[in-house]
Amino acid sequence: MSTGTPMTTTVPTGPGTGAPPAGAHTPGAARGPRRPGRIRRGALPYLLLLPALVLELLVHLVPMAIGVVMSFKQLTQLYIRDWGTAPWSGLGNYRMSVDFDAPVGQALLHSFLVTVVFTLLSVALCWLIGTAAAICMQDSFRGRGLLRALFLVPYALPVYAAVITWVFMFQHDNGLVNHVLHDQLHLTGRPTFWLIGDNSFVALLTVSVWKGWPFAFLIVMAGLQNIPGELYEAAALDGAGLWQQIRRITLPSLRPVNQVLVLVLFLWTFNDFNTPYVLFGRAAPEAADLISVHIYQASFVTWNFGAGSAMSVLLLLFLLVVTGGHLLLTSRGRRSADV
Amino acid sequence: MSDTVRSPRPAASSSPSGRSPTAPPRSFLWTRRVLLTLLTGFVLVPVYVMVSSSLKPLPDVTGGFRWLPSGLTLRPYVDIWSTVPLARYFVNSLIVAGSATVCSVVVAVLAAYAVSRYAFRGRRVFTVTVLSTQMFPGILFLLPLFLLYVNIGNATGIALFGSRGGLVLTYLTFSLPFSIWMLIGYLDSVPRDLDEAALVDGCGPLGALFRVVVPAAVPGIVAVAVYAFMTAWGEVLFASVMTDDATRTLAVGLQGYSTQYDVYWNQIMAASLVVSVPVVAGFLLLQRYLVAGLTAGAVK
Repeated sequence: MSTGTPMTTTVPTGPGTGAPPAGAHTPGAARGPRRPGRIRRGALPYLLLLPALVLELLVHLVPMAIGVVMSFKQLTQLYIRDWGTAPWSGLGNYRMSVDFDAPVGQALLHSFLVTVVFTLLSVALCWLIGTAAAICMQDSFRGRGLLRALFLVPYALPVYAAVITWVFMFQHDNGLVNHVLHDQLHLTGRPTFWLIGDNSFVALLTVSVWKGWPFAFLIVMAGLQNIPGELYEAAALDGAGLWQQIRRITLPSLRPVNQVLVLVLFLWTFNDFNTPYVLFGRAAPEAADLISVHIYQASFVTWNFGAGSAMSVLLLLFLLVVTGGHLLLTSRGRRSADV
Repeated sequence: MSDTVRSPRPAASSSPSGRSPTAPPRSFLWTRRVLLTLLTGFVLVPVYVMVSSSLKPLPDVTGGFRWLPSGLTLRPYVDIWSTVPLARYFVNSLIVAGSATVCSVVVAVLAAYAVSRYAFRGRRVFTVTVLSTQMFPGILFLLPLFLLYVNIGNATGIALFGSRGGLVLTYLTFSLPFSIWMLIGYLDSVPRDLDEAALVDGCGPLGALFRVVVPAAVPGIVAVAVYAFMTAWGEVLFASVMTDDATRTLAVGLQGYSTQYDVYWNQIMAASLVVSVPVVAGFLLLQRYLVAGLTAGAVK
């Protein structure tokens, strides 16, 4: 088989070449000045890094490079067994993806906008609920440990188990949501369809927030423990009330944590495939047509992998720009705060 | 539980850090009571639905929803094993998630140790590259990875596609970036004098790592392990494409409970509960480590 050859050309790419330019201010790397006293010692650090490097190359960087190459090919089911022979299509796939007058581009744009709105709402709600809960549970009270464990359950549950429970609750005839809203509270004239039509957006958002806020809670809770108690004591001596302490001490101290948290939540939510896939199955309703499921369908239902790859590359570019912008803004804020 | 947590930083322990020496105002107490009650309800309702429905006879879950079962039955818990080969999926998931976790932790510890303790060219490029892979949409490398595995299989005879090994390889890299990042932060907080003393005593660098640094970094390592296991246990997208009938994991296998005519909701809920219990129990037992690890590592 000649299919092995295209791979070997991409394998020797060095670790540095795969680094996207926007990552220059990645939070992990930007943490404080480098400490003195790191040992210089020839090959050893590289040996220690080798396993991680090989794995990252094999599973992330090389496939991504292949994905970029594929996006320039006319890769339909005719060529899938031997994709090296697929004809080049230049920018054809990209042109098709962003041609917003044609159905394909229109659907992609719609899906993109739905994803943006969904992600912003979900991240905002997750952050808000998580922070509020963490601040509420900063002081110890009876049952705090139990409550904390309970709040982490949605995060700990495997995605499919949690989401499938929500699918059951959102059922039209035998679900809990309609039973409560319609049968018990009589809020709706007739039972609502939650998993098809426009309401599916609400259903998706509910599940996403239910599943996502405990992570924000966990991170903020950890961040709160790094705030020195003396700050609060000093503020209390100065006569600051509790609300003022939260506003003047707690929230500003959490800023660096929040910057990373919001970015991570954004990326995870934007790329989330598991939740919509388990919630709606292969055919997501239009109102909740998230981009990753959309691309999955565009690739696997129509068997046009070139177009699917082009859409993924566009998605990656968008995420790069957002991440870069975010890091630029936050690092500038941090620098000016230091002065 | 909190006494058993070893942490190099006193602030990282789960002891309550008193916010205000004075009693909180009533407005705060009421807000807190209302908010925490609402959240408890929000979190618990699906859990209740899962537990109660798993104990209901089939008519109870196909007819209109009822809060209380008409009768309790353990039948669903018996039937789940025969409706679909759940035991096999379970074993597959255990093998895949377990191996991915062990490998991921070892690889992450080595890499984080290098970054935390050594100065070398490309150190920054490495951390940035690894972290930026978090940004990749899974869908972008799903198909290329699939092609890569098939081609490696054709070229070398190592079956990666459709095998558990391929899935292990994939999953362990999913949790790797976050694990490395978190462990770098954590290892930075382990005093350097410790491994220098070990080096002086004649341990090699690896001896210093495994005899001194690793034991001191247990909370961080446990946190990373929990994260890696959960990532592998819950993944759906790659599992749905990269497994065949023999290697299918729970994430995909659970879809087998809805046949064309009937959806066995009681069995689905029972199966969901069965596959959730190991992860949730483990997570809750180890969550203090996770908080300690995050406090010292990720959020600093």
